Parts: sequence; C-alpha cells; structure tokens
Amino acid sequence: MKAVITVIGMDCVGVIAKISSLCSQMNINIEDVTQSIMQDMFCMIMLVDLSKCNVSQAQVREAFAQAGQELKMQVTVTRQEVFSAMHEI
Amino acid sequence: MINTKDILETIEMLTSENLDVRTVTMGISLLDCIDPDPDKACQKIYDKITTKAAHLVEEVDKIAADYGIPIINKRISVTPIAMLLGAAPDADPVQYAKTLDAAAKKVGVNFIGGFGALVHKGFSSGDERLIRSIPRALAETDIVCSSVNIGSTKSGLNMDAVRLMGQVVRDTAEATKDNMCMGAAKLVVFCNAPEDNPFMAGAFHGVGEPDCVIHVGVSGPGAVRAALAKLPKDAPLDQVAELIKKTAFKITRLGQLVANLASQALGVPAGIIDLSLAPTPAIGDSVAHILEGMGLEGCGSCGTTAALAMLNDAVKKGGVMASNHVGGLSGAFIPVSEDDGMIKAATCGSLTLEKLEAMTAVCSVGIDMVVIPGDTTAEVISALIADEAAIGMVNSKTTAVRVIPAIGHKAGDVLDFGGLLGYAPIMPISKYAPDVFIHRGGRVPAPMQALKN
Repeated sequence: MKAVITVIGMDCVGVIAKISSLCSQMNINIEDVTQSIMQDMFCMIMLVDLSKCNVSQAQVREAFAQAGQELKMQVTVTRQEVFSAMHEI
Repeated sequence: MINTKDILETIEMLTSENLDVRTVTMGISLLDCIDPDPDKACQKIYDKITTKAAHLVEEVDKIAADYGIPIINKRISVTPIAMLLGAAPDADPVQYAKTLDAAAKKVGVNFIGGFGALVHKGFSSGDERLIRSIPRALAETDIVCSSVNIGSTKSGLNMDAVRLMGQVVRDTAEATKDNMCMGAAKLVVFCNAPEDNPFMAGAFHGVGEPDCVIHVGVSGPGAVRAALAKLPKDAPLDQVAELIKKTAFKITRLGQLVANLASQALGVPAGIIDLSLAPTPAIGDSVAHILEGMGLEGCGSCGTTAALAMLNDAVKKGGVMASNHVGGLSGAFIPVSEDDGMIKAATCGSLTLEKLEAMTAVCSVGIDMVVIPGDTTAEVISALIADEAAIGMVNSKTTAVRVIPAIGHKAGDVLDFGGLLGYAPIMPISKYAPDVFIHRGGRVPAPMQALKN
C-alpha cells in the first residue's frame, strides 16, 4: 500500500523536517524522495509505504492537509495506483 | 518510482484542472419488484434499493479518501418504472416516484434515474400513464430523474410520443415554476437511449443489464483544456487530436481504476465506463473553452461543429483503449447551463440554439440544459424534440432534448439552478408554428441503412 506525497509551493525552512516527522509519528516509511526547484517553486515528491501506518487514511489526509496549511504549501497524498493507472500501459 | 513529470502532471490535473470522476452509478434491476398491488411493489422497490445500495455512498467515499481521487456524485439507475406499471393498472405512478425518492434519500445518493418509459415504437400498458404523471412526479420529488425514449434508428420516431412529450416538458416546468422550473431540468427525451448510461438525468437500467452493476462516468474538460494550452497556436490539428487522445486515455484510466475498486468493494460487477467530457459551471471546467482553445474566437462561431467533431472522436479513441468496457453516452457533453464557456457564449450571442442543434449531430448527446422562453408552446417543444431525434435516428447515435421553458420569465432573464446544474440565460427559439406537423402523430418510419448520402 504505497502512496505519493507531493509538496509544492514557495520554499521555506523545515519543509522536509515537518513532512518526514509526520511520517515518523504515523509509522509511515519513506522509501524515496526527490526534490527540485521549478520556477521558484519548491517541489518535493516522496514515495511512502502506508502498510504499517498506525492511523486511518482519513487521519493521514487530515494531518498532511494541516501541515500544508501551516507551511502555506500544497500537500497532496495520492495512492501509487492512481499514477500507475494513468501513466503505464 | 514513476517519473516526476508524470506525478506532477497528475497532481496538477487533480488539484487545479478539476479532473474528477463525475459519477459512480449503481444500476439496479427492479424487474423482480413487479406486483399488481402498488403498495407491495413500492415496498419491494424500497427494500431492493436500500439493500443493494446500502453501502454505495460509504464505500465510494472511502475510495475517494483512500486514493486521493475526487468522486463527485453517487447515483442509482433503475429499470424504467413504466415496465412495473403495466402489471398494476390502477396504480398511481407518482407513488412509485416517491418511493424512489425515499429510497435514494435513505442511502444518501445525489440522484436516482429511471422514472421513465421506452416508447420508440409505441405505448405498452404502463407507458402512457407514466408519461402523463411525469410533471406531478418531478414536482413532488426532489432527486428523481425521468427519461423517455421516443425514437430509435431501427424503429423510427414515435410522433404520438413526441407530441405528448412537448406538453409534458411544458407542464413539468409549469408544475415547478416556483423552483426555477427545476422539474424540466430532471427530464430528458431521448432517441437511441443507451441502457447503461451513468449520467443524469437520462440514466436508467436497461432490461439487458445484470441484476446489479456499477457504471462510472469520468470527466475532465479542464485537463484537456490545460493540455491544449501548452500546444503552440500553429500546431496542426492532428497534433491537437493526438494530445486530446492521450489526455482522454489518462482520464479514462482513472475512471477504470475507480470502477474496479468500487466493484470489488461492493461485490457488484463493473459495467461500463462512460468516456465523457462532462463540464461543470466551475471556471476552467468547460467544453466550450476546449473548442475556443483550438482556435475559435467564441463557441458557436463557424468551425465549432468541426472542432467538436474532432474533440468527440479523439475522446473516444483515447478512452476506448483505457477501459475494459465502454458504454453510456461517451463523448463531449454540451449542456449550456452546466458549462461556464457555453453560458458566456449563449449570453453574448455567439452561441445560438440553431448552432447547438448542428453541434449535437457530432457530440455525445443533444440539446441539453437549454433555457427557452416561458411562452414557448408545447408544439414548438415537440418539434424541437422531433428535429433532435431525427438527427439521432438518421446518424445512428444518441440524441436528447433537455430544455427548460422558463415559465413567467422573459428573454434576457437568467435561471439559476444551483450546483452542477448551473445557470443559463434564456435562449430565443423560432416562434413559427409547427402545429399541423406535430398534430399529425403516427410514426416516422425507420431510415435507410444504406445509400447514405
């Protein structure tokens, strides 16, 4: 049960720290991280494993949405199957 | 890991380009609810719907939350109720409509479709009673939708039904005139109606369908428009078509994923994916804006029909490969009140009813969500239905009419239905009387299937 967390917005201090500490609190394992700056926008993509997560999906979503608000960045959590369906034949 | 560009493209589609799964619709057969006693029949209907769809909303909402896919509507389609009425000659059809309304509200869906009849060749015993009860049924219920099929390529047009439906559309608007004539927005008149359509107001569960099935309707005009915006202005049209196909493929794969998940979660077979570009009044989620993005100054200008034909075809070509089974209406919808660009085009006058009619020859449905003056006669509405049905009959495609006579309003006024149904200005319609033609009744014979010129 894997998901992709994306964080997009104006770069600020502590983005990775905040997202990864949330993952740690909810027992979500981070498997891969890429980040880049596109047109002054910070853009991080994190592949995570939710199978040992200790809270419900709704709580995961809520926690990351709240983190997004605090960071003033767009944070999304989308299951990997969505990307596989749309981009793999 | 999937590449960064693909991930960001999907996130962009889902967050800022209004990509969503428009509807998960559960089709439920009511053939086993037929009973000569209307009270017993209604109890069976209520029980069957509330059992089969008991977890529909909950499971679909869970899929949306778990996967991060917006799923907008949960709906139910049922066997055309006229088929149940045949066995109950003394029943009041409105009782059945109220039962559907109550059952749908109990399970929490947005709409329930199937209060309708299939009369393309003639009326069987329950059909005419049901049709005559539609104005009252739609006025006395909230989320029931009605559709009547009055013609097909194989059987021609039932002009007695066409005449009757003109009056029924008008009476339905009259019966709901204190509520923006809303009844007429929930009533569709079809030619070649599909039996597996997940979209309202025309959804019903055909007799060839299984007992219970899940259909999914996708959306995504905003995603197609955004993709087109990245093409240079001088890109040839085959590149435009290719881009639309690729985008439609991705959109449809999302729908197929949801269909598989919903089918698994509910233990109900997956039916079809409806490959439609269904617009909403939200800014940017517009089919008209796609046409304008192809290079037209305003939707409705010369060139609109050609652009729409290409769009419609490319959406199908992209979607067919992305899904296991295709069905429903599948194509680009052009509902005026539900499309921000269409609303603007109709308001500024670049889009007229006559041009819309031409567009329906190449799009997926027909004259949809068009508000016409309140003094339009029943005969004119019947004649509009006949014109539209003739286009569908001759071209072997589905066409439909969903017009809202704005009772008590004059040209220039705006009707606001709210939500996905949107708002629209009143569009002028020819006032020349087709009365003698419509009053003839009878049937228009089925057209030639060869010598096609």
